[in-house]
Amino acid sequence: MSSTDPGIAAPSYLTAGEPGLAGWLLTHDHKRIGILYAVGITFFFLLGGIAAAMIRINLIEPQGALMSAETYNKAFTFHGVVMVWFFLIPSIPATLGNFLLPLMIGARDVAFPRLNLFSWYLYVGGGLFTIGALLLGGVDTGWTFYTPFSTLFSNSHVVLAVVGVFVVGFSSILTGLNFIVTVHTMRATGMHWFRLPLFVWAMYATSLVMVLATPVLAMTLSLIALERLLGVGIFDPALGGDPLLFQHFFWFYSHPAVYIMVLPAMGVVSELITCGVRRQIFGYRFMAWSMLAIAVIGFMVWGHHMFVAGQSMYAGIVFSILSFVVAVPSAIKVFNWVATLYKGTIDFHAPMLYALGFIGLFMLGGLTGLFLAATALDVNLTDTYFVVAHFHYIMVGGAVMAYLGGIHFWWPKITGRLYPEGPARFAAILMFFGFNLTFFPQYLLGYFGMPRRYHAYPEPFQWLNVLSSAGASILALAYVMPLCYLGWSLVRGRAAGPNPWRATGLEWTVPSPPPKENFALPPVVSEGPYRYRP
Amino acid sequence: MISPLPQASSLAPGIDALFNAMLALSAAVALAVFAAMLVFCVRYRRGSAADRSLSPSRSLGIELTWTLVPLALFMGLFGWSIGLWQRLQTPPADATVIYVVAKQWMWKTQHPNGQREIDALHVPLGQPVRLVMTSEDVIHSFYVPAFRVKQDVLPGRYTQLWFTATRPGRFPLFCAEFCGTDHAVMRGDIVVMPSAQYAQWLQQHASQTLATRGGELFRQLGCSGCHGSQSTVHAPDLMGLYGHTVALSDGSRVIADDRYLHDSIMLPSLQIVAGYAPIMPSYQGRIGEEDVLALLAYIKSTTPEPAHEQH
Amino acid sequence: MTQASAPLLAARASQFDDTEQQRGASALGMWVFIATEVLFFGVLFAGYTIGRLRFPEAFAAGGRRTDLLLGSIETGILLSSSCLAALAVRDVQLGGRRSSPWLLLGTAALGAAFLVMHGFEYHSEYEEALIPGLRYHPSGDPPHAMAIFFCLYYFITGFHSLHVAIGVALLSRLAVKAWQGAFSPDYIAPVEVTALYWHLVDIVWIFVYPAVYLVGRSS
Repeated sequence: MSSTDPGIAAPSYLTAGEPGLAGWLLTHDHKRIGILYAVGITFFFLLGGIAAAMIRINLIEPQGALMSAETYNKAFTFHGVVMVWFFLIPSIPATLGNFLLPLMIGARDVAFPRLNLFSWYLYVGGGLFTIGALLLGGVDTGWTFYTPFSTLFSNSHVVLAVVGVFVVGFSSILTGLNFIVTVHTMRATGMHWFRLPLFVWAMYATSLVMVLATPVLAMTLSLIALERLLGVGIFDPALGGDPLLFQHFFWFYSHPAVYIMVLPAMGVVSELITCGVRRQIFGYRFMAWSMLAIAVIGFMVWGHHMFVAGQSMYAGIVFSILSFVVAVPSAIKVFNWVATLYKGTIDFHAPMLYALGFIGLFMLGGLTGLFLAATALDVNLTDTYFVVAHFHYIMVGGAVMAYLGGIHFWWPKITGRLYPEGPARFAAILMFFGFNLTFFPQYLLGYFGMPRRYHAYPEPFQWLNVLSSAGASILALAYVMPLCYLGWSLVRGRAAGPNPWRATGLEWTVPSPPPKENFALPPVVSEGPYRYRP
Repeated sequence: MISPLPQASSLAPGIDALFNAMLALSAAVALAVFAAMLVFCVRYRRGSAADRSLSPSRSLGIELTWTLVPLALFMGLFGWSIGLWQRLQTPPADATVIYVVAKQWMWKTQHPNGQREIDALHVPLGQPVRLVMTSEDVIHSFYVPAFRVKQDVLPGRYTQLWFTATRPGRFPLFCAEFCGTDHAVMRGDIVVMPSAQYAQWLQQHASQTLATRGGELFRQLGCSGCHGSQSTVHAPDLMGLYGHTVALSDGSRVIADDRYLHDSIMLPSLQIVAGYAPIMPSYQGRIGEEDVLALLAYIKSTTPEPAHEQH
Repeated sequence: MTQASAPLLAARASQFDDTEQQRGASALGMWVFIATEVLFFGVLFAGYTIGRLRFPEAFAAGGRRTDLLLGSIETGILLSSSCLAALAVRDVQLGGRRSSPWLLLGTAALGAAFLVMHGFEYHSEYEEALIPGLRYHPSGDPPHAMAIFFCLYYFITGFHSLHVAIGVALLSRLAVKAWQGAFSPDYIAPVEVTALYWHLVDIVWIFVYPAVYLVGRSS
């Protein structure tokens, strides 16, 4: 790709513009907004992590080692709500996406910078509602808010939590809208659709899902709030309403939401792998199309969450076959990543370790997803720890590994500093083992029949739970480590230079950290992505 | 240590066979991919002398192969699974019907002969049993891992599941759908007994049959005051109604199945029979789901020959 | 909505290369926003359809209790306001300065009239005790399922009215800007985008009107 001349030393986005806190809180710069999100997301990851730690400690003993049933229910609800809506969904799109998308397509900013800042405030506002619900005593419905428990029976602060999620939903709608318009209208000269880095394709596919699925969640949750406040509504069986209707609406959003979490991860990993292997991605077009295929087919499989919920046998058949179909594009991606390794020149730096870890864990999560797509097996496995393990492999093993890999990869670009490679590699490897020790036993627990959301359980399940909790403590350590050495590198890290990885992509043609306006001269693109030389 | 999960129902071996096949297939794929990753990572590490010429960046043939082969495999698995799914969803016609009412946080079961149990269910060995289930409050889920069956239990409607137990003994019953504070202790025992023993157990705990109790309720609650044959009130006659078609005042027709009868008792204003005034009071909050099931059993018992049951 | 007002401050925001790019971005942004709106209302219409299939009689009875006259007048008002909005866009496109402020103001005024009339409807429904959760004592008709109809009725029309109110605010602001001569054939995006939004509000109502007011009266 052609490069712009970095010779003119424009001040970086970190130093240019308004000084002080106001310069950050009122910024329209996509890069600063990305950082604001990163701060919020890290905060919520810690909150959700504390809840997870409480859950794992409690499950060391069959009667519950730490807390009452009521507290336990609130802990896993808080863990779910925070991790899904305040960490995973905004994680890669709102931080790395915000920071990188305009840089990667050669634009000065996103199409609607003020709207972008507004999205962040919505995110914070929604977060405050959710924390408010926690401080007032918590919510005990599970992150799925199933009716009629959430509407007629729960005595907890459901409305506050629902409002929090509703508000943060708008944040992700507006981010998605911004990205779609940015990718359509702001690409640099010569940046054709099939010259876009796969990360941009991933952001685009994710944005489509955000924009088209989130409204359904928002409306459904407002119906819940209405039903709770006024005592009437369309989900209430005592009125002749239909609680299953809620599940349909909820999963119409929440299944595509899984792809909001994992598509960006696929985009990040495609960038990391190509740089780590120093060669063109294998099958670029298949990779791009498979992301769109996942986004589209992902809208048609929500009923596989409801095989035993009381829907008809025929609905089960249709949703089952579509769920198998949606696994195909994911399989293509795994094979293509592995094929990219072939005849490459592989460097095992930390981002590459994260990417390799992602491929392995995502594949295991995906393969076990097939068990759940098979109706006859799902009957036995659904609502057990098998499902818990499956989606943690996709979301934690997949999305979180990719997020951390991406943070390491673009850290020099974002901060202008190099992180220390040794501790980073150690943390990545530790994370991989800690993760497997935490969640692999949960597959076995589910297979042996332990239902999820149990604060106490029959004795024979204990040893697997102890293993899982032991793994969780290793995992926690591995998550704290990057916080320490990345923080250290902000002060002591060596200066990175514009392109420490010798990576391709327009973001590496500008100084690190990039100037406020990104590009001194509008870049012109003359070739596709990933033109690496060993 | 956990002993391997027992296969205690007629469907379990088939389901386990599919599970094991998928496990073998997944393990093969996962091992192949891991092996390829490992080999590539070692062979093409930076500094190795491996040949890197002619590295392909696309190959339509290869990519179509690993699109279409998984698709074909998946369709095969889908076909296999769907056969089992249909068996799971279709109870045999001769199955014994047992009623289950779930409430926060207990399971109440009622046998046709009137025996009632809490957090336990005795079933005969080798005979198909069909559970007709409903909930008093929130959604629960009836889960017996040893039988490989699970079905959500919903308020305001009847769901069903069936099994044929193939092994005597006690098997745990769990609630699998989060239902509130004590969800984790909403458990019970399924006790599978040889037929003779089961018959004996039924005798020991014999009381009036469900239909008889329903008949008593029919009088106690005043249903017979309007729906009885000597009544002067203009209300539909319920004798022999079950399984027949009912014309409603809005011109539509429904089959008088469990759900219709349930709604007519609990939410009488929803569906009005053609030619009658909407004067029936709602019994919601006045009687529980167990009493409704008894009333249903009574109404069904008045049907001369057992009509085909609809769910 | 916000993105519609974003470009109001400057003729060209700094992130764009030229006004053409900006105009394209604004229009696409509004179309994407409309797509999300379709799904917002889609959930409510899906709920309505399912309720109606299950309880046709109660939904018809509920529909008969709505105010057909007011509903029809509101429909006429919204349709003509959309026409005014379209004329305003055309006026700016052709370089006219004089009529566009008035056309925009007229659109906003009709929207406000719509809101007032809907307020009257809600008031009389309150008098008749047809508001589940607040005051609900219907006589004669099946009360349970009709409560579902009314829940959806208030949710749909309330959510729609919220959109109308936002539209009125945006249009009033545009009218002032147009009066100050802010728009020209070269800088038309805000007018165009807000008009698009207003047409969406109108189209949603075209689905609400028959579903709520007409279907119950058909038989």
